[in-house]
Amino acid sequence: MLNKLIVKDMYTFSSKLKTFSIILMAVGLLGIGYGFLTAPKDIHEVETILASESHEGHGEVKHETSEVAGESHAAAENHNEVKDASEHNEHLTHVLHQLQNKPWAALYVACIFFLLVTMGVLAFYAIQQVASAGWSPVLFRVMQGITAYLPWGSVIFFVILVLCGLHFNHMFIWLDPEVVAHDKLIAGKSGYLNFPFWIVRAGIFLIGWNVYRYYSAKNCLAQDESKDDSFYKKNFNISAMFLVFFIVSESIMSWDWILSIDPHWFSTLFGWYVFASFFVSGITTICMVTLYLKSKGYLEHVNTSHIHDLAKFMFGFSVFWTYLWFSQFMLIWYANIPEEITYFITRIQLYNLPFFGAVVMNFLFPILILINTDFKRISWVLVMAGTVILAGHYIDFFNMIMPGTVGDRWFIGVSEIASVLFFLGLFIYTVFTALSKSPLLPKRNPFIEESKHFHY
Amino acid sequence: MSNKVIYAIYNDDDILMDAVKKTRAAHHHIEEVFSPFPVHGLDKAMGLAPTRLAICAFLYGCVGISVATAMMNFIMIQDWPQDIGGKPSFSYIQNMPAFVPIMFEMTVFFAAHLMVVTFYMRSKLWPFKQAENPDVRTTDDHFLMEVSVNNNEEELVSFLNTTGAVEVKVIEKH
Repeated sequence: MLNKLIVKDMYTFSSKLKTFSIILMAVGLLGIGYGFLTAPKDIHEVETILASESHEGHGEVKHETSEVAGESHAAAENHNEVKDASEHNEHLTHVLHQLQNKPWAALYVACIFFLLVTMGVLAFYAIQQVASAGWSPVLFRVMQGITAYLPWGSVIFFVILVLCGLHFNHMFIWLDPEVVAHDKLIAGKSGYLNFPFWIVRAGIFLIGWNVYRYYSAKNCLAQDESKDDSFYKKNFNISAMFLVFFIVSESIMSWDWILSIDPHWFSTLFGWYVFASFFVSGITTICMVTLYLKSKGYLEHVNTSHIHDLAKFMFGFSVFWTYLWFSQFMLIWYANIPEEITYFITRIQLYNLPFFGAVVMNFLFPILILINTDFKRISWVLVMAGTVILAGHYIDFFNMIMPGTVGDRWFIGVSEIASVLFFLGLFIYTVFTALSKSPLLPKRNPFIEESKHFHY
Repeated sequence: MSNKVIYAIYNDDDILMDAVKKTRAAHHHIEEVFSPFPVHGLDKAMGLAPTRLAICAFLYGCVGISVATAMMNFIMIQDWPQDIGGKPSFSYIQNMPAFVPIMFEMTVFFAAHLMVVTFYMRSKLWPFKQAENPDVRTTDDHFLMEVSVNNNEEELVSFLNTTGAVEVKVIEKH
């Protein structure tokens, strides 16, 4: 047995990957800074931008991609000639706010996406604990490693929310007292949608999630050295309590952080819809991190059956997301009530490609690729499908947030890509640092033998 | 060649699984295994070819979605267009969201029912068919492995006795 590979129990964060993550963060920061610096400062700059768009060929090319954008500009140009200057200024201010929102919204989408992917992993992990699942304990340390991003993501996200409240941007229009004063619908909701209550809710949710993550990981490590199953039982109890807290806070979180960007619109299954999106992304992330660690020779007890099960979850929850996406769409499409249908009209007319593109990436592609049993065990197929699913759900969040913040001024450019790169770099750095801190096998988990021998 | 087979009877599915693996490892031919319930992994242990039922299911699903599309197009667009909620009744594609639940249900309906029918046909099961169980206890709590004999009766009996069988008997098959 001399030539047998030495099994690696502890993960070492390779310097190559570390450098890569730091480069991602640096490039991301530069791009985010560039986005903020190049955003227009006043309506005169906006006027120049609009003028250059309507006179240059470049502007026309852009308009072709979205007909309505073109129409609204044609309308805007008519306004210039016919209507008085005050209305023109109003339009310019509106566009100014959209353009100033753009780098913020790009940052916000990437930040909330990575935060919620981590929450998807945490929820999946808690479900495994509560279900006393026998197959998954060999993956617990991977899940705990991924959720190590949660404190970082939470702090950055909370800071962004506070900055929104301090009027650094106009993403949440109900935060602007001027808007509330002239808007009866928002004024009617101001008992719920007001800055103090909103930020306190956010604080409670983020702290609650982080507290669970901290104690759950701590108990899991303590169980390794324990003589009985007491820490395992403790984890069972706190996981059950967390899941109750999570499903309530998750729903409220989705209204607070995403739905309230369109404060006139409402959807009763929005919480589930957001949940489905980040839950499938979380499972995909577990699968991809596991495949990465496996390719480096770690996780000797993870076999193709574990991977197969993760792939089945990726497949199943992709369908679940589609079910909710379609349920939300069809009821509103059929009823055709003006208050509700505007949401989808904006998206279909101004965001046609990302709106339907998300369905192709999150439903058609995964269902056709992952329906095959054999494919669910092939690493490169899963990495490819996983990449498409993650990108697709980023676009899903993009579709939820951008129309209410930047309107027809959307573009996946420097700000958007740089924001994703920054958070991806931070994610890789924190996750793989955490993975290197504790053994990859929870050796004293009562189900660990079953998990090691899990065979489908 | 004689038509002799051996019935080895077991009373636990784990012991049966081990016995199946040992018997195959010793290069004896297992004709069939009778079990009161599906034993997970038994098909692989017996060396049966993987099922192609899943491929059938996919094709049946494709048939189902096509039938649903054709059916709804005929009923709601061509034969008797109806104005429901002001939705355009002259174009399938513009009305498509309303038909998605039907397309979904028919896909599942076709896949599920035709898969069951296919399974019964492949298993040679139909109403009023006589049971093939060689021993009624295999419908209750016993498992039976049928192994063919090739002039090695003595050896085979003693071998199967070592695999944890509660009963081993030689049968002349017709």
